[in-house]
Amino acid sequence: MAATKWTKTLSILFLSTTLAVAGCADDPAASGSSSGDTIKVGILHSLSGTMAISEVTVRDSELLAIEEVNAAGGVLGKKLEPVVEDGASDWPTFAEKAQKLINEDKVATTFGGWTSASRKAMLPVFERNKALLWYPVQYEGLESSPYIFYTGATTNQQIVPALDYLKQQGKKSVFLVGSDYVFPRTANKIIKAYAAANGMTVAGEEYTPLGTTEYSTIVNKLGQAKPDVVFNTLNGDSNVAFFKQLRSAGLTDKTMPTVSVSVAEEEVGGIGPANIAGHLVAWNYYQTTEGATNTEFVKKYKAKYGAAKVTSDPMEAGYNAVKLWAAAATKAGSTDVEAVKKAAGGISLDLPEGKVTIDGETQHVYKTARIGLIQPDGQIKEVWNSGAPVKPDPYLKGYPWAAGLAS
Amino acid sequence: MRNRIAFALIAVLLLAAPLVFSPFRLDLLAKYLCYAIVALGIALAWGRGGMLTLGQGVFFGLGGYAMGMHLKLVEAGPGQLPDFMSWSGVERLPLLWKPFADPVFALVMVVVLPVTVALLLGLLVFRQRVRGAYFAVLSQALAAAFVILLVGQQGLTGGTNGLTNFQLFFGLDLYDDADRRILYFAIVVVLGLSYLVVRQLARSRYGQLLVAIRDGEDRVRFLGYDPALVKTFAFAFSAGLAGIAGALFVPVVGLLTPANLGVVASLELLIGVAIGGRYSLAGAVGGALLFHYAKTIFSEQWPDSWLYVQGALFVAVMLWAPRGLAGLAGQLRDLVAARRRPAAPAPTVLEEARA
Repeated sequence: MAATKWTKTLSILFLSTTLAVAGCADDPAASGSSSGDTIKVGILHSLSGTMAISEVTVRDSELLAIEEVNAAGGVLGKKLEPVVEDGASDWPTFAEKAQKLINEDKVATTFGGWTSASRKAMLPVFERNKALLWYPVQYEGLESSPYIFYTGATTNQQIVPALDYLKQQGKKSVFLVGSDYVFPRTANKIIKAYAAANGMTVAGEEYTPLGTTEYSTIVNKLGQAKPDVVFNTLNGDSNVAFFKQLRSAGLTDKTMPTVSVSVAEEEVGGIGPANIAGHLVAWNYYQTTEGATNTEFVKKYKAKYGAAKVTSDPMEAGYNAVKLWAAAATKAGSTDVEAVKKAAGGISLDLPEGKVTIDGETQHVYKTARIGLIQPDGQIKEVWNSGAPVKPDPYLKGYPWAAGLAS
Repeated sequence: MRNRIAFALIAVLLLAAPLVFSPFRLDLLAKYLCYAIVALGIALAWGRGGMLTLGQGVFFGLGGYAMGMHLKLVEAGPGQLPDFMSWSGVERLPLLWKPFADPVFALVMVVVLPVTVALLLGLLVFRQRVRGAYFAVLSQALAAAFVILLVGQQGLTGGTNGLTNFQLFFGLDLYDDADRRILYFAIVVVLGLSYLVVRQLARSRYGQLLVAIRDGEDRVRFLGYDPALVKTFAFAFSAGLAGIAGALFVPVVGLLTPANLGVVASLELLIGVAIGGRYSLAGAVGGALLFHYAKTIFSEQWPDSWLYVQGALFVAVMLWAPRGLAGLAGQLRDLVAARRRPAAPAPTVLEEARA
């Protein structure tokens, strides 16, 4: 019985050290982090886990933007100091780290998130603490939190223009293939409403769990249904398997054209340009987008991270977020959240994708929709654009056919 | 006597924590304490009963979802749908959800759901004399299957997003620091009570029988006991504790997703216990706290490489302290004794799995 007493004493010992160490860890934060000459900003992306491959690139472009802002003199005469945290592809971790950035580091704002699930996990944290999040990825819409700025596209800037383009091309039937989570399901709900109102038919709708790599069944169904076009909302690795199996079944971009909304330059590299060349994608920015600002952005990115790296839409939106926040804080003359929110509306900057304006009401941005064709070299060539930046409409209020979706 | 003093000391330390910690750190501590409650159950099932449960996240999740569904319905208000259902195209409240509007039903289900699943599984599996590695694999498969089920039923469960955004917890405003402190105290009390109950159980005749089955199931069977019943009880008891912990986790963290109860989460629950020492209840609790605390601190310090640091820590403990940190003292004593005369080493995890 002496042994159990020993173990008890020991456990107490390290329990109390744990507590003591935890106490110490608190001290630096307590001593105040808003030190005189820097402004802390949070960067919260998955640096480990399944999403790391995508999110690390966004972190990199955000760090590049911070570097540029600092080189130009910083914000309000102070340099920005990024505090990087790992969301670990785990939604509760995103919530925990967001809370840490707000409470312990006292960051002025946070740039972060990729998946809708991570955003949904962080949303209550930012709302509860009245802190600011800049979310850089296209998403399913139907959301407009007063404490989030959305610099990626909402549905009427990506999915709806893509549908308009397909309709214009005379596509009558569409087959929906997506990963099983909230973005594809919501996107497909919108597509079905659009199809019903525009005389298009939905030839089928299939979902697979994230990470699925077996698509022969779905490819078979596609071969039988013979739709005019496949609307692809698959995410991550699944795209690699899907496009390879589509090709090996003899379905090419001519016989079974697809349009994807989650495949950008980064993913094309992973899928292999040979497997996917000739298929369509819908975004707001490509590495090939014309303009001096983009040439400069691509050059700087490659100089910092390597000549073989590509730039993509979410990376550019993350880069934009930093620039837009810096402009809003400068205009507000303060990094105070309410002041920045008030100043942000109407701010317009010349960014890699073109002119980007913040819509104060929805806290989304005006974006030009672009349809692109994947080239054999892995780059994407723009084949159509909306001409002017499209006003964000996250709840699709301006579209009669979408009534009832946003209930 | 010394044990009581130790218990009182820890209780005072935990109750005084709000004075020292910022609200954010206190929240994290509250979360670790939830894991510690699960750890108590694992120490009983694995440490005493030799059942290597790699699927404790399932029970944690069942308790958590029972609570989460109730909180979600409270938040939506009577007659309204939880937010994720409208995104998923669900128009009427599913039948499964309806009874969870009642707080008493939800609270009962927090315990009844995991215990029922564990009882059914335990009776089926232990009667068939499935044990060791086979049981471990089976419990892990259960966790994997449970996650697939939850993700696939987005309209019913919130899919990968899980259940998020709770503000009210039985009259407590979760956006308010003072109310969150009350929640923290409640968790400390639940942990204290669970510890006392499990300790009592472990010391009782039943507890001795459980250890006897762990060390020689067939011998106990020949003595006329039914090992399946004894093991099922311990398994169900640990499931109940995990369910309670899951239910407390939901208001503390503010969300519950399939990632909280999958294979990795279940393994993490187990690793905490392994690090602390599965043969000691205090060790299991301390190990769970230490492991999850280390995870937080490492990932804050080294966001790019924290997983390696955490992995190294685990490997080090398993190599040099296979009985966990709480077993270090006993290990040292064995070492001294072995100098004098060779003694039989304690069973390793592998040997137990083969048993």
